[in-house]
Amino acid sequence: MQESTMAALVAEDELPYAVEMRNIYKAWPGVVANDHVNLRVLKGEIHALVGENGAGKTTLMNILYGLLRSDSGEIYINGQLAHLSGPRDAIKARIGMVHQHFMLIPPLTIAENIVLGHEPGHIASIYDVKKARAAILELSRQYGLPIDPDERVEKISVGLQQRVEILKMLYRAADILIMDEPTGVLTPQETDELFVVLRGLVKQGKTVIFITHKLREVLALSDTITVLRRGKNAGELVTSETDQAAIARLMVGREVLLRVAKTPAHPGPTVLHVEDLHAQSDRGLEILRGVSFDVHAGEILGIAGVEGNGQSELLEALTGMRKSTKGQVSITQVKEGLQGSTRDITTMNAREERRAGLAHIPEDRRGSGLVLTAPLYDNAILGRQRWPQFSWRSLVLRLRNIASWAKKLIADFDVRTPSADVPASSLSGGNQQKIIVAREIASDPLVLIAAQPTRGVDIGAIEFIHRRIIEQRDAGKAVLLVSAELDEIRSLSDRIAVMYEGRIVDIVTPDATEEQLGILMTGGTIRS
Amino acid sequence: MLFLQVLLRVLPSSDLWNATLQFGALLLLPALGGLISERSGIVNIAMEGMMLTGAYAGVMSALATQSVFGGLVGAMVAGGLMALVHAFVSINFKANQIVSGIAINLAALGLTNFLLFVQTGGQGVPSLKDSLRLPNVSLGPISHIPFIGPVFFQQNIIFYIAILILIGIQFMLFRTNIGLRIRAVGEHPQAADTAGVNVYLVRYSCVIASGILSGLAGAFLSLGIAGIFNSNMTDGVGFIALAAMIFGRYTPWSTGVACLIFGLGEALSIRLQDSHISPDLLSTIPYILTLIALVGLIGRTTPPAADGVPYYPGSE
Repeated sequence: MQESTMAALVAEDELPYAVEMRNIYKAWPGVVANDHVNLRVLKGEIHALVGENGAGKTTLMNILYGLLRSDSGEIYINGQLAHLSGPRDAIKARIGMVHQHFMLIPPLTIAENIVLGHEPGHIASIYDVKKARAAILELSRQYGLPIDPDERVEKISVGLQQRVEILKMLYRAADILIMDEPTGVLTPQETDELFVVLRGLVKQGKTVIFITHKLREVLALSDTITVLRRGKNAGELVTSETDQAAIARLMVGREVLLRVAKTPAHPGPTVLHVEDLHAQSDRGLEILRGVSFDVHAGEILGIAGVEGNGQSELLEALTGMRKSTKGQVSITQVKEGLQGSTRDITTMNAREERRAGLAHIPEDRRGSGLVLTAPLYDNAILGRQRWPQFSWRSLVLRLRNIASWAKKLIADFDVRTPSADVPASSLSGGNQQKIIVAREIASDPLVLIAAQPTRGVDIGAIEFIHRRIIEQRDAGKAVLLVSAELDEIRSLSDRIAVMYEGRIVDIVTPDATEEQLGILMTGGTIRS
Repeated sequence: MLFLQVLLRVLPSSDLWNATLQFGALLLLPALGGLISERSGIVNIAMEGMMLTGAYAGVMSALATQSVFGGLVGAMVAGGLMALVHAFVSINFKANQIVSGIAINLAALGLTNFLLFVQTGGQGVPSLKDSLRLPNVSLGPISHIPFIGPVFFQQNIIFYIAILILIGIQFMLFRTNIGLRIRAVGEHPQAADTAGVNVYLVRYSCVIASGILSGLAGAFLSLGIAGIFNSNMTDGVGFIALAAMIFGRYTPWSTGVACLIFGLGEALSIRLQDSHISPDLLSTIPYILTLIALVGLIGRTTPPAADGVPYYPGSE
């Protein structure tokens, strides 16, 4: 409350905003990304820019950083009209940006990455390793961000890479720091550390603009909030005077259920049994080192973990896309709550596994979930084209059946599309994902493997997909959920298995705290 | 048997190794040109065409200005202009860089043939008099050391320049601020751009440099080695240079070594002509060496990560 009155006072004194974007309009053929958007950020505050995927947050920030040029509108930096026709102009205006996908060059050292474009000495001179190192160590000490300047970026963790990105901005003497979805790749502990760093930077006089769609982070970190919805301003808020529900309402434009409604699970017998599974990564390293777990009928087992600890390879090994080197996977049929026949699916390929009763929502929607250039009706039967209802002797497609099937899926799952004939690429991320979920659930599997089921999907569709996954559980399916979103794991799962360096280190109940999960995810233990 | 006898007679001769170094240097210049272009992320297979243009322009401007130096400048400007076309098409229009390279090679062949016909009335250019040729330079007393002298120190002036350029490019790429920027742009142009590097400027400079180096090689061929311009006189040298660059894993030193190996192939194919083996067959030696080297010795090489990928500002 006090901060907001201070903000108001400052504004009344007509002190200029650190950043003021007025009437920014940016359109691409067929899409208006920013429709007369305004953004005002006071000096020395942390400003959250929130909105769903596709709301235009990143576009707006890319315009502020000079990477994109707006069709119309003005930008004022500290009250001065700024012409930002490239990142070099933005850097001169003391704006820095950390992109969601880090802009680092893996084979170069940390020091080379930081000084690139602003190397010590003249452009045509010899690269002065010592001066670069000294300058970085000085910054690193001043802001409390320890780092080894001579290490190659390809060898350091994602958390450290982010630190390099922050140092990059500070090296360029940026006062206005833009962070685009900075927490997506971090563990809870790393996220906490980042927040401490950002608060420290603000104390030293920096201004932070923080793009996110995670409401908890907005409340934990920001002073003020701008909400965008479908490329337009949906509201400006003072953080201390609002709550999650209010922000979510502005983001989506209607009331949303933030917490998934879920009854207690009634787990039946084991359906999916994984024992001592080993597999190698593409580079020939042992990435799965003995994974064992069971998924019961009527329960959701969530797999949590920092990305890169073998989750992707586990999914591939389970779905017949990667050979395991050791171990066993089996599926047991369940009829009326009783165990039926068990099948070893360890060495099956993807098609045989589907026939054995496994359905799979893949983590890479655009890469392996859909054929983007193909129409929806083709995508609706992807992997099921040999079903008798869809083809005659697996040779000739029954187009009429396929079309009516696609229409049914589109209607049942509320996929927003003009028709079943448009290519999958023309749908929004949420609707693409709905098609995949519809297809996989409709094959009435014994086991549903859902990998990152709501990645890059907007809040409305998230709610819908979560409800469908829980319906599957309640219908007695065994559901394996793999997600990088800890919130999603915690709200959907009946048990949580934590994966670290190719093993399941522990299986806990969903009431485990975020801190406890964070400890497990980084290799610690929580059992005394 | 005769082949082996000739081979054994040829191998210890200083002529063979002198020719090896000469061809090596001829390959080295366009190979380094290609290297610098690809390091900045622009695939360049047009060295052949840029060399041919340089060879032609070199002779014509040497005749017009009655000076070797004028010829050299003309060759490098012509190579640079051809490269400018490739840069414009690849960088601004984001066209397929392989297709652009092929087009430039074909256009250079047609253009030089056409201009040769028009400018000389179908007669072709006469052999250049010695004052218009790039001279061989003997480096004082060390050029009289047996074997070593004639091989290393009685070379054409461009040979020594090529060695200096090799050292210079190695140093520039890995020890200077400019080199850091070039490597950054070739690996990840988005990252370089957001860090404040002018991606277009770096790429333009590197592609044009590749044209200038290829043009210089063209002048070496027409004003130095041959002393005349003939239709299609580069005859695939630019393509072998391309292979040498890949064989050298996009690093200057190794590219230099690769050029020596291919240069030996060229030299052998000429020196073995006494062996009663078909000269046509012998002339395939360098190309067969190229294939063996690419397939057998190195297998897969990793080009710069963004090589051949057009850069769209603001994309991720």
